[in-house]
Amino acid sequence: MKTGKIIWDGLAKQNPTFRMALGLCPTLAVTTALTNGLVMGIAVTFVLACSNVLVSLLRKIIPDKVRIPAFIVIIATFVTIADMLLEGFVPDIHKTLGIFIPLIVVNCIILGRAESFASKNPVFSSLVDGIFMGLGFTLSLSLISVIREVLGTGKLIFFGNLLFSFDFSVLGFVLAPGAFLTLGLLLSLFNYIDLKRGTRQ
Amino acid sequence: MQSQNELQRLVCSSSPHVRSGITIKKIMFAVVFSLLPAAGYGVYLFGMHALLLILSSIGMAVLTEFGLQKIFRMKVTASDGSAIITGLLLAMIIPPSAPLYVPIIGSFFAIAIVKLAFGGLGSNIFNPALAARAFLVASFPVAMTIWARPHVDGITGATPLGMLSESGMSAVLDHFKTKIAMYSAMFFGNTSGSLGETSALLLLVGGLFLIAIRVISWRIPAMFIGSVYLCSFLFGKDPLMAVLSGGVFLGAFFMATDYVSSPTTTIGQIIFGLGCGMLTVLIRELASYPEGVMFAILLMNCAVPLIDRFTKPKTLGQK
Repeated sequence: MKTGKIIWDGLAKQNPTFRMALGLCPTLAVTTALTNGLVMGIAVTFVLACSNVLVSLLRKIIPDKVRIPAFIVIIATFVTIADMLLEGFVPDIHKTLGIFIPLIVVNCIILGRAESFASKNPVFSSLVDGIFMGLGFTLSLSLISVIREVLGTGKLIFFGNLLFSFDFSVLGFVLAPGAFLTLGLLLSLFNYIDLKRGTRQ
Repeated sequence: MQSQNELQRLVCSSSPHVRSGITIKKIMFAVVFSLLPAAGYGVYLFGMHALLLILSSIGMAVLTEFGLQKIFRMKVTASDGSAIITGLLLAMIIPPSAPLYVPIIGSFFAIAIVKLAFGGLGSNIFNPALAARAFLVASFPVAMTIWARPHVDGITGATPLGMLSESGMSAVLDHFKTKIAMYSAMFFGNTSGSLGETSALLLLVGGLFLIAIRVISWRIPAMFIGSVYLCSFLFGKDPLMAVLSGGVFLGAFFMATDYVSSPTTTIGQIIFGLGCGMLTVLIRELASYPEGVMFAILLMNCAVPLIDRFTKPKTLGQK
């Protein structure tokens, strides 16, 4: 498979959030602020790239019948690493993200890529796939986070630095309903764009 | 030529073959008409700002419907009056001192998200005005809980239900002096509250008018109000006050009876009304909100497809 196609698939054509609607649990839960969404995305990208590489390396050794438990063990290893790294370097954000870091283990994007891509493709392709699927996820999360943070709190903060602020906010957007609302509207927007371009199968 | 004409008379169109004169437009304007006394009284009580709230809410609702239907090349139904009702109802259930952006954002939300995103008139699961109010309460917790006193500018006070949940029945009685004064203030509407919900009398008049001309059936309002009365009595509260206060009359006559988001079967409507009333009292008594009509109706809206399914009448001859 061509590297360019893998990159484009991950970022846009098979975007985990807006195209395949995978990993919606963190998408809805942690996108209250840009920093949270970004860190979550980076953590997922790290786990995804590492687990893809390892799964791809071991793809001929792992027996077919126990492949899912084997994938989970690999993923859980990297999630534990990510969890500890975040706790060590950005303890505040780690605290905010809370349970959603360990929950990356059951994030269906990671298991989905291990099953449908890494277990069938060579190491380099799997690495590229992992990185750009992760970046696609990060971009989606950041987009939702920016919309929710700006509308819901009236300001945008990037790792502690106030980028801008104004005097008006619609608090509902940082609450749970705002997550569904923003995600739903963005999904329909992207579907609408696709429909207009006629690229949908 | 003549044979063609004769052929045309044999062509069968799809049902309905017998048409009544009732159109969506006529029903909608009957509802608007029946809401006018209560809305007008709100303006009389709370002043010009209340009128501005109503006008901006209706204006934004109609503009949103028209604009979005134009942009997405849908059939433009902005003139059928349903957007006017949504706007008017929304203005009537927000505090009369709310800033103008509250009804403007609210009616945009009601039409764009709750109504059109679900497929437009006839497809919305929730009552647009109520769902928008829920969003406004979550988004502007301060502006949505400041209640102006009737006839006095700039002075705020708690609603009767607010007083009841904050400091008990004795505080309410202190405020109104006597029980009779309390009942009459609530019945005629001389209390703090949302713009158009204070006067039980005018809402009752409008509601009975709608029942009389058969735009709505008596079942949902009667069951709603009846079960609020009964449940409040069971909770040891003053049942008459429970019925007259808050949004019970407005909700029972004008929101729970929304054609789209209420059951179509007779038994279904009775279940729906009872459920609304029971949930209203449960939220008032056990939850942290002083008033429960909004969430009660929204929750029952969710149950409507289920209610309709289980109360489907049997077709003739069906076992």
